[in-house]
Amino acid sequence: MAFVIIAAVIVVGTVLFNLVTPWWFTPLASNWGSLDQTIIISLWITGIAFVLVSAFILYCVVKFRYSEDRRSSYEPENQKLELQLTVITAIGVIILLAPGLVAWQSYINLPENGLQVEGVGQQWTWSFRFPGEDGVYGNTSGSLFSSKNTFGLDPNDPKGQDDILIRDRQVHLPVNQPTVFQLRSKDVLHDFYVPQFRSKMDLVPGQHSNLWFTPTLVGTYEIACAEYCGTGHWAMRGEVVVEDEAAFQQWLAQQPTFAQTMNEGSAGNGQQIVQSLGCVACHTDNGDSAMGPTWKDSFNTQRNTTTGETVLADASYIKESILNPSAKIASGFAPVMPAYALSEEELDAIVEYINNLSTE
Amino acid sequence: MEQSATYEGQPLHHPKGWWGHYVFSQDHKVIALQYTTVAITIGLVGMILSLMMRMQLGFPGLFDSIDANSYYQDVTMHGMIMVIYLLTALFLGGFGNYLIPLMLGSRDMAFPFVNMLSFWVYLLSVLILISSFFVPNGPTGAGWTLYPPQSILEGTPGGDGLGIVLMLVSLVVFIIAFTMGGLNYITTVLQSRAKGMSLMRMPLVIWCIFLATFLGLLAFPALFVGGIMLVFDRLLETSFFMPEIFKGGEVLDYGGGSPVLFQHLFWFFGHPEVYIVALPAFGIISELISCHARKNIFGYRMMVWALVAIAAISFIVWAHHMYVAGMNPYLGFFFATTTLIIAVPTAIKVYNWVLTLWHANIKMTVPMLYCLAFLITFLIGGLTGLFLGNVSADVPLSDTYFVVGHFHMVMAVSPVLALYGGLYHWFPSVTGRMLDDRLGKIHFWITFIGTYLIYFPMHYIGFLGVPRRYYSNEQFDFIPASVGDLNQFITICALLVGASQFILLYNFIVSATRGEKAPKNPWGACTLEWQTLEAPPGHGNWGDRLPVVYRWPYEYGLPGATADFIPQNVPDEQIT
Repeated sequence: MAFVIIAAVIVVGTVLFNLVTPWWFTPLASNWGSLDQTIIISLWITGIAFVLVSAFILYCVVKFRYSEDRRSSYEPENQKLELQLTVITAIGVIILLAPGLVAWQSYINLPENGLQVEGVGQQWTWSFRFPGEDGVYGNTSGSLFSSKNTFGLDPNDPKGQDDILIRDRQVHLPVNQPTVFQLRSKDVLHDFYVPQFRSKMDLVPGQHSNLWFTPTLVGTYEIACAEYCGTGHWAMRGEVVVEDEAAFQQWLAQQPTFAQTMNEGSAGNGQQIVQSLGCVACHTDNGDSAMGPTWKDSFNTQRNTTTGETVLADASYIKESILNPSAKIASGFAPVMPAYALSEEELDAIVEYINNLSTE
Repeated sequence: MEQSATYEGQPLHHPKGWWGHYVFSQDHKVIALQYTTVAITIGLVGMILSLMMRMQLGFPGLFDSIDANSYYQDVTMHGMIMVIYLLTALFLGGFGNYLIPLMLGSRDMAFPFVNMLSFWVYLLSVLILISSFFVPNGPTGAGWTLYPPQSILEGTPGGDGLGIVLMLVSLVVFIIAFTMGGLNYITTVLQSRAKGMSLMRMPLVIWCIFLATFLGLLAFPALFVGGIMLVFDRLLETSFFMPEIFKGGEVLDYGGGSPVLFQHLFWFFGHPEVYIVALPAFGIISELISCHARKNIFGYRMMVWALVAIAAISFIVWAHHMYVAGMNPYLGFFFATTTLIIAVPTAIKVYNWVLTLWHANIKMTVPMLYCLAFLITFLIGGLTGLFLGNVSADVPLSDTYFVVGHFHMVMAVSPVLALYGGLYHWFPSVTGRMLDDRLGKIHFWITFIGTYLIYFPMHYIGFLGVPRRYYSNEQFDFIPASVGDLNQFITICALLVGASQFILLYNFIVSATRGEKAPKNPWGACTLEWQTLEAPPGHGNWGDRLPVVYRWPYEYGLPGATADFIPQNVPDEQIT
């Protein structure tokens, strides 16, 4: 009897939990209510099935308790009952599957006149590209990537010259505009996921993938990488700012085109490099501690390492920390930084940037 | 090696000396114990790894040594150990080896020498896996799914070191062991059944292990080739799975490969793998629920057909693990349909177990408690699979804690409950003694309630969108602080459940030597493993006469008979 009581509490608790749970869908901020609907229908059907079958089990345990002077009934099979149960289950399955497939049809049908945006993922940050005036993305190639050409664009392709590059993990979008994302990865698998938009798709190096949504609520939303991509996976955070059309156009007008970025000087500046290579996923410029030490007020300071030495955080230390990070780990931090094979110019630019983050 | 001339021409190997009896034994019962011991030991390692993960999630910062590297190593090794080295090995190598010859009325497996080898090769695979803890930079932290490109690159623990190599080598060696064992199980079932034991008179647990072995023999090769290709990509810089990659400020030397190809190979194996684990658990439940409810299993024939259907369909559902992987989106329609179709035979099995309880005569023994708990938790785990299988519902839920909750319920909680039920049920057959009942009930309650409290709430933070494989949730505003409180609660439950497994271990060790002596066939079961002359069964199992089978294995409550059960080897004339 103890079993029946405890199991009944579990079953009832399971159902009631749905009414009191503090953890539920984030407020919907896109057109994908149909995905929520499919989940709600599934909850109802599976919930009813769970309660009915569990109740039947508990009823049997109470009613058919062992007794020496009873025998169980001898009924090897009942084909009619089995058939009925099969049919009912099949109907339940169809009720679940049908709306799900209808929603999928809509999910994979990219709207023809949607706003085109490209999301580019890398370990462990995001960047974005708009196709610009001509409405067509410029050609890219994996072999063209460098810390200066962080989108791998072909400089000889005229279609790419007007592409608008967002070398930042925050992108803006206009509200109520169907938006089609083209997704690309520079290195490993990632996944673009904004909980409030519901939509999600992996970024696969070597190919494109797509997703689309219409943002319906003005606000700032977080992008959470949803495909394991290494030690910084949990810190690969981006932002989508949804705003009215005018504000969006204003923001877009301030962003450089590919042609403009190619004129910026040979190694770019240090701030651009640390953003484009993803250093900002683990190092902050404002004093906040993250997976790595903050750069603010760090240059030429004394630093303890995990091996007990004390070192000066000068230019050569910083360069060594980039080329061979595991040589000296700052005390209090984990040995998780991968190595970056940068040129001397790029290293100098970064050192200069970090130097400038010191208040005199 | 001496071979006695035996009844019906089945040669029996006689061991010589202590080493031949207890170490390099070819007796399936000894081999089963060897598999069980190694699997449980490595399973304890896997459990401790999960507790370390939980310490980071529940009490971040408490242990400085759990940094992102070691967290991901814990996650990866925990997953791989539990799925492959514990569950697959214990269900097939442990239960399969013990039960198949005994339940079929055979003296041993068809190929006893290869059977013995299969254990030692399995042990070798475990040792190779453990060795990855001791190499520089430690074991792989790529996630148990080992997806390239990250799994073989720097930036993932063990990626550019030996960690990933040893993992892949260990898997290849395991697959060799599994193949050796698997050929034994299939051949023995097809060739070595006792007279009168037709296929449709085999106990359901044998059907389940038989079909699970088929799944393994056909599915493991996909992992085998995927693993070898990945090792080549890692060591020989081939590019089976590696496209052009820009990393660490430079373009790497790879190109032209497809990461999605690895996923297809992995999941072509990976989905049948979960049925390789689930099917034996289903079989154990069928045996236990029927015996302890003193009633024939309801719908034996449909149970067999449902198993065959599940086994067959399990090969065409794999890409439901890849709905948002970037594969051709039209594949989503196909795989969602096949995935929801497989729910039908699975549901039939659940109905049949439940209908077995109807008008039964239910004894609330420890094995029966485990059966009932299995049913409730398998309902949760199986039903949540319907959310994830339905392609569009999977979009917001994929890679969130909803998935983590689902697969633990359906792979960890319910099969482990079945496994524990099986251990309590067959312990007297192996040792001749009963496990302590009171300790058994305490262990049951803590495990059942504890695991429910751990995994049920995870589905809801999955609805919220909390991603899986996150070392910390601190970076995200959409994740409220209450999730941290829940994580703390779950960790505490996990520690309690973990500790309570030592109650089972203690019960094992003490009862094996000092437990209450079991009468022959203490549960009154119909199946052959309880009908041997000696209990526990001696070498060769049946003395000098193999049994003859006259009926199906579920003759409980036969009308007109005095006893409430008739063993399979009792002819009609002898029924009183």
